[in-house]
Amino acid sequence: MNTDKMMRVVVVGNGMVGYKFCEKLVTKQKNGLRFTLTVFGEEPRVAYDRVHLSAYFDGKTADDLTLAPESWYAENGIALYLTDPVVDIDRERKEVRSHHGVVVPYDYLILATGSGAFVPPVDGVEKDGVFVYRTIEDLDFIQSYAKKARNGPASRGAVMGGGLLGLEAAKALLDLGLEEAHVIEFASRLMPRQIDDAGSGILQRQLESLGLQIHLNKNTRQITGEDTINGIQFTDGSALDVDMLIISAGIRPRDELAKLAGLTTHPRGGIVVDQFLQTSDPAVFAIGECAVVHHMIYGLVAPGYEMAEVVASRLMGDDKEFKPYDMSTKLKLIGTDVGSFGDPFVSEPACRTITYENKAKGVYKRINISPDGKELLGGILVGDAGQYNMLLQTCKNKTILPPDPEDLILGSRGGEEAGAGVMGLPDDALICSCEAITKSQLCHEIGENGHTTIDSLKKATKACTGCGGCTPLVKDLIQGVLKQQGHYVRNVLCEHLDYTRQELLDLVKINRLTTYNDVLDQFGKGDGCEVCKPAVASILASLWNENILEKGRATIQDSNDRFLANIQKGGTYSVVPRIPGGEITPDKLIVIGQVAKKYGLYTKITGGQRIDLFGAHVGDLPLIWEELIDAGFESGHAYGKSLRTVKSCVGSTWCRFGVQDSVSFAIEVEDRYKGIRSPHKIKSGVSGCIRECAEAQSKDFGIIATEKGWNLYVGGNGGSKPQHAQLLASDIDKETCLQYIDRFLMFYIKTADPLTRTATWMNKMEGGLTYLKAVVVDDVLGIADELEREMQLLIDTFKCEWKEVIDNPELRKRFTHFVNVPEQKDPTVVFETMRDQKRAKEWR
Amino acid sequence: MEALVADKEEITWHLACRVDDVPTDGGACVLINGHQIAIFHFARRGEWYATDNECPHRQQMALSRGMIGSQNDEPKVACPFHKKTFSLRNGQCLNDDGYQITTFPVKVTDGNVYIGVE
Repeated sequence: MNTDKMMRVVVVGNGMVGYKFCEKLVTKQKNGLRFTLTVFGEEPRVAYDRVHLSAYFDGKTADDLTLAPESWYAENGIALYLTDPVVDIDRERKEVRSHHGVVVPYDYLILATGSGAFVPPVDGVEKDGVFVYRTIEDLDFIQSYAKKARNGPASRGAVMGGGLLGLEAAKALLDLGLEEAHVIEFASRLMPRQIDDAGSGILQRQLESLGLQIHLNKNTRQITGEDTINGIQFTDGSALDVDMLIISAGIRPRDELAKLAGLTTHPRGGIVVDQFLQTSDPAVFAIGECAVVHHMIYGLVAPGYEMAEVVASRLMGDDKEFKPYDMSTKLKLIGTDVGSFGDPFVSEPACRTITYENKAKGVYKRINISPDGKELLGGILVGDAGQYNMLLQTCKNKTILPPDPEDLILGSRGGEEAGAGVMGLPDDALICSCEAITKSQLCHEIGENGHTTIDSLKKATKACTGCGGCTPLVKDLIQGVLKQQGHYVRNVLCEHLDYTRQELLDLVKINRLTTYNDVLDQFGKGDGCEVCKPAVASILASLWNENILEKGRATIQDSNDRFLANIQKGGTYSVVPRIPGGEITPDKLIVIGQVAKKYGLYTKITGGQRIDLFGAHVGDLPLIWEELIDAGFESGHAYGKSLRTVKSCVGSTWCRFGVQDSVSFAIEVEDRYKGIRSPHKIKSGVSGCIRECAEAQSKDFGIIATEKGWNLYVGGNGGSKPQHAQLLASDIDKETCLQYIDRFLMFYIKTADPLTRTATWMNKMEGGLTYLKAVVVDDVLGIADELEREMQLLIDTFKCEWKEVIDNPELRKRFTHFVNVPEQKDPTVVFETMRDQKRAKEWR
Repeated sequence: MEALVADKEEITWHLACRVDDVPTDGGACVLINGHQIAIFHFARRGEWYATDNECPHRQQMALSRGMIGSQNDEPKVACPFHKKTFSLRNGQCLNDDGYQITTFPVKVTDGNVYIGVE
């Protein structure tokens, strides 16, 4: 390339791949190789994440999906023309002309025009209510139409196409809350390109249980209705009444501009390029879904990014070519994991196939192994794709398989995960396939450059920034490298107590210590601090369950526990009475209202189906509780590191879908575990059917009703790092469910670090869920009886701490602001008015 | 406060409360001439301390409700709001240089606690 003058590069198309090309070119810029970059985009928005388009109906905004803001283009000197597609290429003069008449000369032209929806030639596709699913604009149209349709007599939607994109579109229909959502597929199974009949069967059942209606082997004859769609007729004579239809029957490469310019295109669509992504004109390249490379169109983002990489490298003088790309894919479709890697369909005698199918749990796994049993050729995962990354790497790197390859999908019966984990992979194993980052690159950044968190690795390498699927592997890699470097640090409490929480708990238990000073005198040094005091307080409460304010324990409690209420801005407290399962009588509601009025409290419904009363002076707390307890309320422990709430949906007593009485079970569970102190707060939920209205899978332990009993999930978390709970046991009866929860909670209480939620505890646990199951369900440690006994002691010794305080003058007298003028309230407390209630004054 | 200052060097002692008004190894708040003062009975060390009740970080009247303890050997109190910790000896914030509270001398006689104001 000429290094003296400015190289002029023009990109046609501002989609994901077009953007990635710009990013690659900017970062690869070398001294002496200067260029100008001009980008034309047809859409009004800058490039956004089309892969996660359905998240748009799930609360994400267009901004959330944007790959880089417009300012990024300006900062990097890129001229960006949006809503202005290129309409003409003059290859003789080497210049392009846009719809708005902008003419830009080029030395190199990059076509990244992507693809449009393929709309089959069926009668009636032009009718109102028929949509495609490609752009944010399409989604806006669908959304506003669905809102309109919902006001009508019915709201029934259908998607034509049961492939990857079609099912994404079906999720959008569900998210829009349509009453009926149908999927129509021409083939005899869903996702015919990725999974086999058995996998499709499992997927179909999962989707049907969520309310989707699936129609296979359906060839559409025409779309009926006057100007607006009212139904679909099929060639087999059947028909379906719908108010709207989304067509997602495949993609059509956008090659019209290339055709017009006389470039070679494929008879079935697409711009033909060689392994260097060069078209029939050496100055013109095509990348992404508009290009036909190695005789095929790559309809995934990762190969598109690789094409961007190849062209950007070549423009910068590096020799690179695009090799046939692996089409393995893993995604979550409407809550169900689907993975497909290597050659998923190869069958005997070219391979040996191992399959595992569990219809009850909705799991299907298939691996194809070379006839000599040494190599993994490919496979399919439906319902549980937890092993996807490991399997993909094993397949790609041709890793020699263990003697019992079924362990790869079943997990070995010894409790350990099969294989040596991520550290056992070869150095050149591709960990992040979106950004083409290898294990050795990541290890270097972690080990040499100190990027030991996901966030800093993201900044340093861009790993995990694409589909995010590699994040768990990268996390494991961080742990693995740190461990190799001997960085494992024992997590001791603080300068005063050189023990981990688990060690200290055992010591306190064996020596039967009940006060903080005893613990510090025997096992620590100095005078304690705000870290070890509450940690010891929690241990004492978890072991002996005595009142937390007695025997000098009040002053080792965190502020909220010390006053049995939550301190808020301005120094007042909030009060949360327990409302088990969220069930409350009108009389009790009235009492809460009366108390709130009498003491001037701001009231708000909490996220856990309770009522929070804010703005209570510390001196009013015992008076407020006296009235609440008189009316039959108990402490809600909203201030404690203990069980908060067991959220429930209304269940089978009222709900037409409910299969079990979730409210009664939630109340029983809440009453069982209330008041128990633990390393951190604990939340729970009980749902009466698979629709999961109680959001139990976001809780520390969650219970979901099945036809045969209950499914128990553990380790879920909301908050800043949301995480779904994992299935611990399925279809168990109530007694078994409580038994497992007893063991699970007590095991957590006894072994977790301070202020560690169950999700983090499980994430750190070696062996993870497999190990936890072995302990809780199979009792491999032989401690189940002990755990149950310890839990039973806590349950049997429960007392409402607020009742004890109002009955005990010594404890009660501590609830005052000024000890020398107990009747006076803190005069610095000031409230402001907002929406007919009060709020705390904003602090400076 | 001005009226109580007899002499620049001289300390005026104010009766604050009874010893058992302050929890062992914890704090309580007293009102002295409109000024909120936190008193701490550091029983483990056999010491008494008094400081402003207001945490200067967000101007919250809360230090008396904080946990006390030590850092190396320095006695300290942690504000319950955002865990800023202050030396009970000289009032300096130990985890944020920008903040400082006032400390007051304490005298205990016949079960009575007195706060000294210069």
